Amino acid sequence: MTEAPLVEIRNIHKRFGGVHAVKDVSIDLHPGEVVGVLGHNGAGKSVLMSMLSGALPADSGEILVRGERARIDNPRDARRYGIETIYQTLALADNLNAPANLFLGRELRTRWGTLDDDSMEAEARKVFHRLNPNFTNINDPVINMSGGQRQVVAIGRAIYFNACILIMDEPTAALGPSETAMVADLTKQLRAEGIGIFLISHDMHDVFDLCDRVMVMKNGESVGIHPIAEVTKDDVLSLIILGQLPEGWTPRNGG
Amino acid sequence: MTEPSGGAPPKIQRDWAALLRVAEIDTRMLAMVVVLVVVWLGLNLLTDGIFMTARNLYNLAVQSSVVGIMATGMVLVIVARHIDLSVGSVMGFTGMVIAWLQVDVFTLGAAWNWPTTILLGLALGAAIGAFQGYWVAYRAIPAFVVTLGGLLMFRGGAFLVTDGRTVAPMDPTYQLLGGGINGSIGATWSWVFGLAAIALVAFMAWRNRSSRLRHGFPTKPVWVELLLFAVWAVLIVGFVLVMNAYTKPRSDIPRGIPVPVLILIAVVVGMSLISRITRFGRYVFAMGGNPRAAELSGIDVKKTTLLIFVIMGILCGIAAVITTARLNAGANSMGMLAELSVIAAAVIGGTSLAGGVGSIAGAILGAVIMQSLENGMVLMGVSSAMRQVIIGLVLIIAVWFDSMYKKNRR
Repeated sequence: MTEAPLVEIRNIHKRFGGVHAVKDVSIDLHPGEVVGVLGHNGAGKSVLMSMLSGALPADSGEILVRGERARIDNPRDARRYGIETIYQTLALADNLNAPANLFLGRELRTRWGTLDDDSMEAEARKVFHRLNPNFTNINDPVINMSGGQRQVVAIGRAIYFNACILIMDEPTAALGPSETAMVADLTKQLRAEGIGIFLISHDMHDVFDLCDRVMVMKNGESVGIHPIAEVTKDDVLSLIILGQLPEGWTPRNGG
Repeated sequence: MTEPSGGAPPKIQRDWAALLRVAEIDTRMLAMVVVLVVVWLGLNLLTDGIFMTARNLYNLAVQSSVVGIMATGMVLVIVARHIDLSVGSVMGFTGMVIAWLQVDVFTLGAAWNWPTTILLGLALGAAIGAFQGYWVAYRAIPAFVVTLGGLLMFRGGAFLVTDGRTVAPMDPTYQLLGGGINGSIGATWSWVFGLAAIALVAFMAWRNRSSRLRHGFPTKPVWVELLLFAVWAVLIVGFVLVMNAYTKPRSDIPRGIPVPVLILIAVVVGMSLISRITRFGRYVFAMGGNPRAAELSGIDVKKTTLLIFVIMGILCGIAAVITTARLNAGANSMGMLAELSVIAAAVIGGTSLAGGVGSIAGAILGAVIMQSLENGMVLMGVSSAMRQVIIGLVLIIAVWFDSMYKKNRR
């Protein structure tokens, strides 16, 4: 790759008491690239991504955004660097409606500094319409919405604010087939717009369909970073389960 | 919401449901209004018509204002998944400090005396709120523990201010804030206030509607807007008429709206605006709905929590001003057990103890329902022990009703 990476994570560590959750992991992400982050539950994928999204502070190591050292202490810092996250739990305030969730923490305000709910509703309708034209009951509390609608709110929140770097933590885990396809299309569209995406997923089909590279983690360590064209599903499974490639492995495309 | 049953629902029921939907009326709020009306009619019957006299309704309004003011703050506290058990003690303590400053420390009768003591009282309330909020927000001590400590500390503090001595009398001008014989604004100003309120209701409805039209959102039909406006206008005119119907002793001079009720109205309007049109209010509800999501959205949860308790403290200060002015004294037992009435008012008014749900208007309705029961039972000659039994039962039933309502909505 010739252009500068959007994000470069260098030698990052995270400990929880005696547990070394992330050990000396380095990974980069380029514009218009989707990097899959794979591994067992507890392998450290979510912790790694949490350090990038500001939800957890790193113990050591550094994060560079567009070649410059970034200081990410909390989610606000991450957002300032254009890093948006779609959490596995969606992180929605269930009692608020969709526009309030979309703009949570970044509300549009009138010239008197009060909430401009009408403008937020108008913007929200545009964003949600793009993701799902059938989504009209946006003024209900999100707790009354379907899993797909809630996902649309969470995704809308990540893309509305012109993210450059998107972290998707199992974005399709709770979705039906048509909604999963919608998320896949959206991912491709965002990649085409030059956004860099980290995709945490357990779904091999999604990974091979969407990712340009995969990184596999095991016990907090990175056990391999490969262009998707070089590996097969069996190779990736071997990395996930054994932490190494099969014996006598050669890149599948011969490169 | 209507249950889906076999066959079409009767036409009248369907029309009602349709009307509520187009008017965007909260069914739960409507249910509370219905409960209030039933309670009033019932008590009126049981007291042979004494309950609904102008005199009693005037007293009821004044009695509701202290609990109502603190309940508006309790809504924010409970919505954010906290609790404040110290409000009665904080009110007693700030009230004692206000009375002590006004009577013992400053020159009684000086024009600057009572405004200064009010400001100092509110500042003290804010400082106490900041103190408790600090422990809750930045030291992660559960609010239940911090404010239980506060309940004891500030009750003790209220005694220590004057070693238990009652301080009296207060400044004559200050006494007007308590709504005594001269503590109301008279017939003319009551009408001015009422008409201004009606104009404000009309203006807000018009502004809301034009903004929605400008954005191309669906709006309520014009006749619904007019109907809602008419309901508000009738309520406001009715309120002014009742307050003006109660006259001063041995005269025909109408009292008009009592000052404490005006203070309550100002607090309700202010707190409603804070909870609905400011970022702070939005964050309080977001924290109650999902604290982790609020944090991940970049909300400064700690600062917001601190601010909630500061507001609660200021409201305790305002309640202390009204109480001392009404008693014309500072007594260290002021506000004893008030925390229970305040929490009950918020909960009866639909504030969910699980957090995330509640409204200022609901809390006021809750306070009025509670106070109506209390007031009505006093008129009926029910003993204070029996009143406690009944109010306690009502609280349990209110929360049960709330959980049933939620289950049925799913």
